[in-house]
Amino acid sequence: MNNSAYTVAKAKENKFDWQFLFSELKPKGKWLTPFNIISIPIILLGIGLIVIRYWLGLGSITNLTQEVPWGLWIGFDVVTGVAFAGGAYVVTFMVYILNMKNYHSIVRVTVLNGFLAYAFYTGALLLDLGRPWHVINPMIGNSFGASSVLFLVAWHFVLYMLAELIEFSPAIAEWLGSRRAHKILSGMTIAAVIFGITLSSLHQSGLGALYLMAKDKIHPLWYSEFIPVLFLVSSIFAGLSMVIFEGTISHKVFFNRINDKTERAQNGIIHGLSKICAVTMFAYLVLQFVVFIHGHNWGYINSPMGYWFLLEMIGFVLIPMMLFFYSYRTANIFTIRLAAILTMIGVVMNRLNVTIIGFRWDAAIRYVPSWMEIVVTLAVIFTEIWVFRWIINRMPVLGDSPSWAKENK
Amino acid sequence: MFFKVLGATGLALAIGKRTSAKSASKSEVEFNGVLYDSTRCVGCRTCEYECATAHGLPAPTDKIEAVRKTDETCNTVVNTFQTSKGEVFIKRQCMHCNEPACGAACLTQAMHKNETGAVTWNGDKCMGCRYCMVSCPYDIPKFEFHNTNPKIQKCDMCFDRQTKGEKPTCVTNCPNDALMYGKRRDLIKEARRRIYEKPDLYNDHIYGEHEVGGTGWLYLSPVPFEELGMNTTLQQSSYPALTKGFLYSVPSVDLLLPPLLLGIYAATKNNHSKEEENE
Repeated sequence: MNNSAYTVAKAKENKFDWQFLFSELKPKGKWLTPFNIISIPIILLGIGLIVIRYWLGLGSITNLTQEVPWGLWIGFDVVTGVAFAGGAYVVTFMVYILNMKNYHSIVRVTVLNGFLAYAFYTGALLLDLGRPWHVINPMIGNSFGASSVLFLVAWHFVLYMLAELIEFSPAIAEWLGSRRAHKILSGMTIAAVIFGITLSSLHQSGLGALYLMAKDKIHPLWYSEFIPVLFLVSSIFAGLSMVIFEGTISHKVFFNRINDKTERAQNGIIHGLSKICAVTMFAYLVLQFVVFIHGHNWGYINSPMGYWFLLEMIGFVLIPMMLFFYSYRTANIFTIRLAAILTMIGVVMNRLNVTIIGFRWDAAIRYVPSWMEIVVTLAVIFTEIWVFRWIINRMPVLGDSPSWAKENK
Repeated sequence: MFFKVLGATGLALAIGKRTSAKSASKSEVEFNGVLYDSTRCVGCRTCEYECATAHGLPAPTDKIEAVRKTDETCNTVVNTFQTSKGEVFIKRQCMHCNEPACGAACLTQAMHKNETGAVTWNGDKCMGCRYCMVSCPYDIPKFEFHNTNPKIQKCDMCFDRQTKGEKPTCVTNCPNDALMYGKRRDLIKEARRRIYEKPDLYNDHIYGEHEVGGTGWLYLSPVPFEELGMNTTLQQSSYPALTKGFLYSVPSVDLLLPPLLLGIYAATKNNHSKEEENE
């Protein structure tokens, strides 16, 4: 009897929220308007461009060439986007594996962020595939290219998205008021976390390993056999900087969804994360230095690409690292946020240097993304933020779980 | 180094073992190839026209320039270079590597090194990711960017003719015997014989014997290959080997990391009171 009552309640609530969707998508208050004014036309334009892309082929809206077959949609959307989604595996590792309880309040939002990043940026991969109707081929087993790095990355992506969905699913169950599902899904969290971390470490490094065979195409300052390790280590501070940045924005925008306890914990969390960022960035710099010496790369430094490399390493790794150290000591939240933004710029630079800027750096005609590729990329990001906002405003992500969920173990 | 250590662990595991056994049996297949002798090539471009006809591609343009490249409408080009020994022609097409980077890159096995030696593309498997293009050291796979059902175009060494026991169409139609089709080992012997008999005529280098771990197409030339726009700085070992360390480390990480994490989880959990872990 109880069960059927739940089902009815659940169905009702579910229906209610779907109807709510349309009214909620409209500007809700003053703070929403500027974002919507920018994002709506870009999303609409992006949809139009996607139609053209499927109608006339990839060449119609991209500047891709036979020599540079991967452009902005891979180099930024996938490779850079996934690095920023690295926060999810780092934070779940800290909270569930190392039992650092004081970071618990940011787990859900970080996992949600990670899941959406994967869903959207790898979803954007479908736009880049020339023959997307065959995307299922490496999954269903008629053609396993097991010797391919991309095959491993694809599988680890798909499984990781599943793991993240399981990690996040208790929040969905709480939103729908489904107690039984909540109990089952909560019980799966640890398993999902363990597999999620394993899968993450492999596909974060795998994205770097994709470029191992482009040995003669990538500038030597960014190519080495250690790209996978460098990508893995940098995904740690890339992800955490994203957590700091996103937390700052969320706490301004979604203040009504946050309880007091979380609000108070937030500064302590940011403070703690800054230390982890600083230490991993130090390890990353040491690695980069070893790779640099190992590759006998001194000869490249006195060139435009060399200066660009120094700018990335000093301006956007060394300086934010020192800022993180400094602000950890002085507990200055503002400089931590500044350092996080600098770090994020550095990660974008690094990923684009490997995938686009340093790729075929010596070619006579360089690949520069067309404005249409940029608009589609922005449309994907804005759509993701819309979905993120939609979920935050409904599910217990930033705030407290309903009281029954805490007892329902 | 990190991946090599992990890779060694991975090799000991079942998956690694299977992969290495597979590659060992594959290397015993004797591939066919083509020996191209640029001292015999007169630049008539018959091969280009015959190739286009055989593959249903548009006829090549009349002009012959130094740096034409193959593209999505043209699988082979003959270029001309002014060198230290006068005008030299050079035919370019897919090299049909012994261990092709494109084949290792392909996640659907659409790019495949056949036992005949031809590297071919299968449109029923390809999802158009273009990772083959990123990986190929010769930039050979070409993509139809302006097609809604795009194909990867490249020389297939006339695979359908090969399976019927015929030679590739460019070899059959070459009027000056610049192209020779056969088992790769025999072609290398033949190339060595030619260099040995006429040391003044040939530059002492068989391009493709060792480049990227050996290619199906082998080149002879009167001048060093740099003068003909060929990349002579490519590594002498196979391209897929570049990713092997990483690939072999994957099974070990997949199998060893979860128990490690579980152990840490159990260890830290016991330190705390009976607070609930999962929410």
